[in-house]
Amino acid sequence: MTSTLLVREHESGGVQELPPDEPRRSRPRGRFTPLLLLVPACLILIAIIGWPLVQLFVMSFQEFGRAQVFGMPAPFVGFENYQRVLGDPQFWAVLGRSILFCLANVVTAMTLGTLIALLMNRVNRFFKVLVSVGLLLAWAMPALTATIVWGWMFDTQYGVVNYLLEAVSGQDFTNHSWLIDPFSFFVVATIIVTWGAVPFVAFTIYAGLTQVPGEVLEASQLDGAGAWQRFRLIVFPYLRSIFVVVIILQVIWDLRVFTQIFALQGIGGIKEQTSTLGVYIYQTSIGGGDYGTGGAIAVIMVLLMVAISVFYVRRSLKEEEQ
Amino acid sequence: MRKRVTSVLLGAASVVVFLFSVFPVYWMVNTSLQPNNEIRGSVPNFVPQTLTTANYETVLFEPARAQFLPALGNSLLVTVSTVVIALVFAFLASLAVTRYRFKSRKTFIFAILIIQMIPAEAMIVSTYRVLDGWNLLNTIAGLTLVYVATVLPFTIWTLRGFVNGVPVELEESAMIDGCSRTGAFWRITFPLLAPGLVATGVFGFIQAWNEFLLALVVNSRPEMMTLPVWLRTFQVATGTTNWAAIMAGSTLMAIPVIVFFLLVQGRMTSGLVSGAVKG
Repeated sequence: MTSTLLVREHESGGVQELPPDEPRRSRPRGRFTPLLLLVPACLILIAIIGWPLVQLFVMSFQEFGRAQVFGMPAPFVGFENYQRVLGDPQFWAVLGRSILFCLANVVTAMTLGTLIALLMNRVNRFFKVLVSVGLLLAWAMPALTATIVWGWMFDTQYGVVNYLLEAVSGQDFTNHSWLIDPFSFFVVATIIVTWGAVPFVAFTIYAGLTQVPGEVLEASQLDGAGAWQRFRLIVFPYLRSIFVVVIILQVIWDLRVFTQIFALQGIGGIKEQTSTLGVYIYQTSIGGGDYGTGGAIAVIMVLLMVAISVFYVRRSLKEEEQ
Repeated sequence: MRKRVTSVLLGAASVVVFLFSVFPVYWMVNTSLQPNNEIRGSVPNFVPQTLTTANYETVLFEPARAQFLPALGNSLLVTVSTVVIALVFAFLASLAVTRYRFKSRKTFIFAILIIQMIPAEAMIVSTYRVLDGWNLLNTIAGLTLVYVATVLPFTIWTLRGFVNGVPVELEESAMIDGCSRTGAFWRITFPLLAPGLVATGVFGFIQAWNEFLLALVVNSRPEMMTLPVWLRTFQVATGTTNWAAIMAGSTLMAIPVIVFFLLVQGRMTSGLVSGAVKG
């Protein structure tokens, strides 16, 4: 449920010109009013995010299995859960897979998104609208339905992809299974995730492109700069900070991918060989009933995500305070 | 001449991007309108040969799979309550962080941004246990609470931007004219905020409507399922035997989101542009 989440956030981070601190004359009298206004939001965040977070942390140091869910006391076991997780080759395989999948998706989405943004910047109004409409439709599609639809398109027996590939390449794709082999499973997953992620990348970078002054580009063209040089030496420096933010957001979203992998496993695919971090936590905890170990993995994941996002958060804060 | 060739190539590329983006959505609707036996031919129908609403009837009314309507009801209840509660809470909080300067203000904003980044995947078990402790598992109220907390940080962050866009001077002049501070917030700021509230609310709606993982864990009982959980259960249960009905279900779930998304996208893209000015 994240893909729209941070879009707005990123955008609104820069929407308003924030007045500097000083000229803000309005200093209301009631000292406790702002705190009162925050009470409802804080209560619910503490109850639904803060408290479970504490529980999660505690649980990761406990032996916590099915018996404990039904009321047995949970003994503290120190770092045993962490030791088990960190000593488990399966965990490292999952982590490595998640990181590889994330990198592959970020690179693909960034490359395609940038190319499409440059394309939108070059073509006439008609084609620009055409591309925008297509991207918006893909962007609006819920991740779960998108995954199920792609799953049907890649169906072994009646999938349209096998049909088209056979028609185009002339090779035999009859009953070719895409999901049974882990590598091709992730190829399909990458297509699904990229399909959903490219619109955000393309629109954001396109918005940035419209800010690059045309005169500078023309001048450089007169000076004999080729297309690649113009992109590398002029466009890219202008857009550097946009690229940084978009890349960070993509890394965060792709590292915690759940719905697409989980749903695709439901259509076909071997769970043991295709789980990513989020799915692995689900399988260990809900599927396997080992909540302590699942908790330890979850704590590791939370720390990882927060570490990655610190840069983004600091950036947003700076924008807020300027 | 060379320019001509380039523009033809760019036009062709645009068409390819369009087709690639639209095709899955088209294929979903296309499949959902065909009888199940006709989508299982050696050559797929790129346009329905026989138009039928049978798949939609299967999804909606066939008793064995009749979870759709209850799931739709659950989804609507949870989503609408989430949006309303989150908007009210976020409006109050965004007033606090934009109109007042206080000590813990920065801490609050920092916390909001960090909470955004905590993955739901990591929280499933402890959320489940906490709700279990409060007897809120498999209830509309429980899931609503979870969703309010999930969309709240982003709602506050976004509304904060919109409230900043309403000049403080308007409130001040209303207060000079004898309005109380609360009255000024309510009569001046709130109405001016309407477009912002709508846009933020729609995004909250889309998030809650699409949310899958927490709903799967917290409301697992068939009669308490939301649409995404229903769709997934239906897809697994139907297997690959009735893709046409699965596509009909997918279409029914996706349509509200697509409509809402298209409604607010103008606001969003213009926002993206102004966001980019500052870069």
